Amino acid sequence: MILQPRFTDDVSGLPTSKFGASSLTWWGIIGYMVIEGIGFALMFFVYFFLMSHEQGWPPEGRAAPDVLAGTIFTIVILLSEIPNTMIKKAARSGDVPTIRLLMPVMVAVGVVLLIIRGFEFNSLNCYWSDNAYASVIWTILLLHAAHLATDWMDTVVLWALMATPLGYEPRRLVDTDENSLYWRYVWLLWIPIYLLIYWVPRL
Amino acid sequence: MTIRSIVRVGLAPLLLGACQYQHYQSDFGAAAVEDRQFLALFWIFMGVCGFMYALVIVFLIAGVVRSRRAADANVVETGRHHQSSPLMRSTLIGWTALIGVGLAGLAIASFFADRSMARAATGEKLSITVTGNQWWWDVSYDSDDASKTMRTANELHLPVGVPTRIILKSADVIHSFWVPSLNGKQDLIPGRQNDITIVPRKIGIFRGQCAEFCGTQHARMSLVVIVEPYRDFIQWWDHQLQPAPAPTTPLTLAGYQYVTSGACGACHNIGGTPASGTVGPDLTHLASRRSLAAGTMPMSEGNLYGWVEDPQSLKPGVKMPTIGLEPDQLHAVVAYLETLK
Amino acid sequence: MTDIRAGVFEAMPPRERERERVEAENRRLAAERKKIARDGPKLKGERLTARLDATWRRPPGIIGWLATVDHKEIGRRYILTALGFFVLAGILALIMRVQLGSPDNTLIGAERYNQLFSMHGSTMMFLFAVPVMEGVAVYIIPLMLGTRSTAFPRLNAFSYYMYLFGGLMLWIAFVLNMAPDLGWFEYTPLSGPQYSPGKHTDIWAQMVTYTEVAALAAAVVLVCTILKARAPGMTLARMPLFAWAMLVEGVMIIFAMPAVALVTTVLLIPDRLVGTQFFNAAEGGDALLFQHMFWFFGHPEVYIIFLPATGFVSVIVETFCRRPVFAHSVVVLALISTGILSFGLWVHHMFATGLPRVGYSFFTAASMSVSIPTGLQIFCWLATMWDGRPRFQVPMLYVVGFIVTFVIGGLTGVILAAVPLDLQLHDTYFVVGHFHYVLIGGAVFPLLGIFTYWYPKITGRMMDETLGKIGFWLVFIGFHTTFMPMHWMGMLGMPRRVYTYPAGLGLELPNLISTAGAFVLGLGALLFVLNGIVSLYRGAIAGPNPWDAASLEWATSSPPPVYNFEHIPVVESDTPLWDSDGELPVVTGLRVDEKEMLLTTVVAATPDVREPVPQASLWPFISACAVGIVFAASIFSAWAVPFGLIPCGIALIAWFWPKDMKRTPEPVIS
Repeated sequence: MILQPRFTDDVSGLPTSKFGASSLTWWGIIGYMVIEGIGFALMFFVYFFLMSHEQGWPPEGRAAPDVLAGTIFTIVILLSEIPNTMIKKAARSGDVPTIRLLMPVMVAVGVVLLIIRGFEFNSLNCYWSDNAYASVIWTILLLHAAHLATDWMDTVVLWALMATPLGYEPRRLVDTDENSLYWRYVWLLWIPIYLLIYWVPRL
Repeated sequence: MTIRSIVRVGLAPLLLGACQYQHYQSDFGAAAVEDRQFLALFWIFMGVCGFMYALVIVFLIAGVVRSRRAADANVVETGRHHQSSPLMRSTLIGWTALIGVGLAGLAIASFFADRSMARAATGEKLSITVTGNQWWWDVSYDSDDASKTMRTANELHLPVGVPTRIILKSADVIHSFWVPSLNGKQDLIPGRQNDITIVPRKIGIFRGQCAEFCGTQHARMSLVVIVEPYRDFIQWWDHQLQPAPAPTTPLTLAGYQYVTSGACGACHNIGGTPASGTVGPDLTHLASRRSLAAGTMPMSEGNLYGWVEDPQSLKPGVKMPTIGLEPDQLHAVVAYLETLK
Repeated sequence: MTDIRAGVFEAMPPRERERERVEAENRRLAAERKKIARDGPKLKGERLTARLDATWRRPPGIIGWLATVDHKEIGRRYILTALGFFVLAGILALIMRVQLGSPDNTLIGAERYNQLFSMHGSTMMFLFAVPVMEGVAVYIIPLMLGTRSTAFPRLNAFSYYMYLFGGLMLWIAFVLNMAPDLGWFEYTPLSGPQYSPGKHTDIWAQMVTYTEVAALAAAVVLVCTILKARAPGMTLARMPLFAWAMLVEGVMIIFAMPAVALVTTVLLIPDRLVGTQFFNAAEGGDALLFQHMFWFFGHPEVYIIFLPATGFVSVIVETFCRRPVFAHSVVVLALISTGILSFGLWVHHMFATGLPRVGYSFFTAASMSVSIPTGLQIFCWLATMWDGRPRFQVPMLYVVGFIVTFVIGGLTGVILAAVPLDLQLHDTYFVVGHFHYVLIGGAVFPLLGIFTYWYPKITGRMMDETLGKIGFWLVFIGFHTTFMPMHWMGMLGMPRRVYTYPAGLGLELPNLISTAGAFVLGLGALLFVLNGIVSLYRGAIAGPNPWDAASLEWATSSPPPVYNFEHIPVVESDTPLWDSDGELPVVTGLRVDEKEMLLTTVVAATPDVREPVPQASLWPFISACAVGIVFAASIFSAWAVPFGLIPCGIALIAWFWPKDMKRTPEPVIS
């Protein structure tokens, strides 16, 4: 027997979007961040596991990767946090014109970073098929490149959407806020990877 | 008929064809220190675990069978479904404590058994290197004196009561060395070297088997382990050091010529002849072994015929190719192999 | 606007003009918002349900079928597909048992047998065990939590298609004689490029990744639903134990599955395809790396399968003992600690590999200690039976069967945790016996019980009780007859994964008994399936709450309407329907003509946000096709990855791009 309803509160006054942990997509993004973070943590385990087998590192007396491209990449991506934070603040305060101004900056920064990433592969001083050390650093760099490329694509699409009148939709502002959050994750994850690939062999 | 051949013919059906098993490939073989310690620990565990299981079943039956008067139970029909019996609350604590104590006891027992096995396995007097291959065992008896190092395949002889160290390597994929009547298993991993120590206590013939899936014929990668008195063991070792006897009849001579100049020598080594391949099992004393093709079948003339003629039909996928010998070549080869005692 | 206002507007700078335009639009939208129809005292009963049905019903026909985002439809598909794979893998097992029924049997050759056991294990673990749990959860969780949809319904749909495509790829490969044949966990270097040429290992590795992508997506869906979409008043403390089990399981999937996706697609396939050296000892790699990575996933995997089953047991015990499970918070803590502890055990699969003995002691202690929380859960269920009044209908029979069977498996697990014992028993039929006891006893028995229990909710009819009881006894007796002798076989020297064994070792009788038992078990399973099919047409009609249960899924009709509930319920206890006094408190104010659900806060479940629910969409299906094709093609060439990114990117962008570029008074996801 279906029970009779007893009406209590009216929820129609609730908003249809909110920032931060009240947003459903925020939780989804956190979920995927954890998945990717675990993936990278496991690759770190692979790196150190293989390192524990070797006397010297890089093994067979190879040269460590050249630091120039990687360091330039790190500086550029850290600097990109400035427009990123400005976009995040603009999203929270509903300032769509500022977002429309700064998103192409993020897109351009992304292109520059992808190009530098290409140079980084060139400066690793090995091919992935040389030995296990080479395989693991190529794989980690490639995984982060994929991470970077997919977030860049997300940013391009979001820019296109924010440029339309739909950019004023409160849910699109939440999307922008969360996209900026994800960008922070991309460079935060990069820092230990940078140290691992370029500096651990130099210890 | 030599004593050896009587023993061989008599033991072969006993080993591989009898309908009554004799714990020669079983955890209950108790033929070495390690397996006896396994059994002791196992029965301790069975006792404790059996007791815990009995408690669970008693509790289950009590719950099933207990008849409750309608007004007594803490159920939705009496409106007391949010209350619970105080007896259950205190039993919960007792139950947890019991599990904790039981597991701690078992963990400690396991730890002591481990230590005890490690202590018993010291002072090894003998060192053997076993290298796993798809799907056979390469056995090498090591010695400080290079002239005493001896290579054989698929069969191990161990002196009773002597701690023996077996070094485990692999030439291709991961295998696992396991003679249940004697010892627990240990993997053979390419690029790594493992070892186990066995202290056999019972004389007899035992059987081991590869226990890590290693490809198509993993099921047919067995080995025979013979535990014998020290004197017999030294006699066997000395005999294995002898080169292969020279052929004495025209048939065996023809077989010798075929084997040493043809394809066989590329993979197999026969001591004292030009055949010196190391890819396949050493054949110098092939006919003295109790089994053929790594335990696939007992050693016998008929089985030798079948194996040499068409190994692929007896053990499909094996690395030894079916060459397609002419009948008279086959007779000659088998006749020669039979002389390799 | 009048001329004056237009003139002023023209005179403003562009930024000001833009702001004026947006504010004017916001005012217009606010006015339209007032006219939106919402549920409540003024709109209820049949007038409400007709409109809700029109809003939530997906388009008809094949396009609508492919485009559905209804969690009930997706859940049913998951369950039926998983059951199909279960039957296929079960048939393979019967063939294996016939081959092993006598020594030196020549019915099945070595190569074919190796394919059979590899397909059996891979299908059961990757295509049945986890997906069926996800499927049941995807169906029932929103109903149990009192909401209209899962979070991310399109992701849910995508997850099903990825799972289906992975399973199809594996079984098509089997039909084409390209099946994997190295077991369900294919150790290197046997699975490496040198010893396993051809594509069959790559097919296995990639199938694993399809199913892991699907499982990860479903885990994100379920975790977000459980945290954010519960009914108002359903605090974490009042949340049903099954929801807790799925929450812990979802988090475990998120932490464990990346390991196996990585080891197959990022480490093994590149070793085989493009020459990386991860597992090649000659070039600095290590075969054991594969084992560490695989078992870091593999051990939590079995708890990922087991925890939802404990949730099933809690559900059945509550309803059939007529009271909530004893010591609810102890059970919750047990679930969480099992989830956490299970990540610290993996090396117990590697006790024979020669790692340092002192490290092994840690894993022995950890492996034993994980049985403490499980032992506590068992106590709580038994105490509930003691304190309640159990009714032994079919679901409760399966619970009793579970306790009798699973505890044996748990105890043989304790035996295997001791290194000296494991070194004899590892990789023998003792282990095969152990894991079938915990997997069938611990997961399949509760699953059969929960199917019988939720069958009326899903179909509106009851399963036949007599057939169910006969089926239970056949399954129970058949199971023990099949798997108990295996412990004996292992101790008599029979290793795993052997296509035959010699006569004279004492293995003949136990193997024969085991084979006979397998057919009894198969008969029981067949009877269960037949019961399920026949009851669809001839079962007694079930009302909304045929078992007189306490949780919210029983507050709506059987089967539920496409919108789940007329009004979103409010929860005031952990057994809402038992404490409801004939009335169901509900909130009002959700939209009726667009799909909308209510989000609440994570701990206290106070209403927080009204969340639009996506309409039906083909893009999840198209994206799964694109991603699926890239995965399959990358087995043959690495170029599939960069080139495949283009169609995948297009599909995913189209998925998210709004289909209607006009602003609406309240958001709509199309």
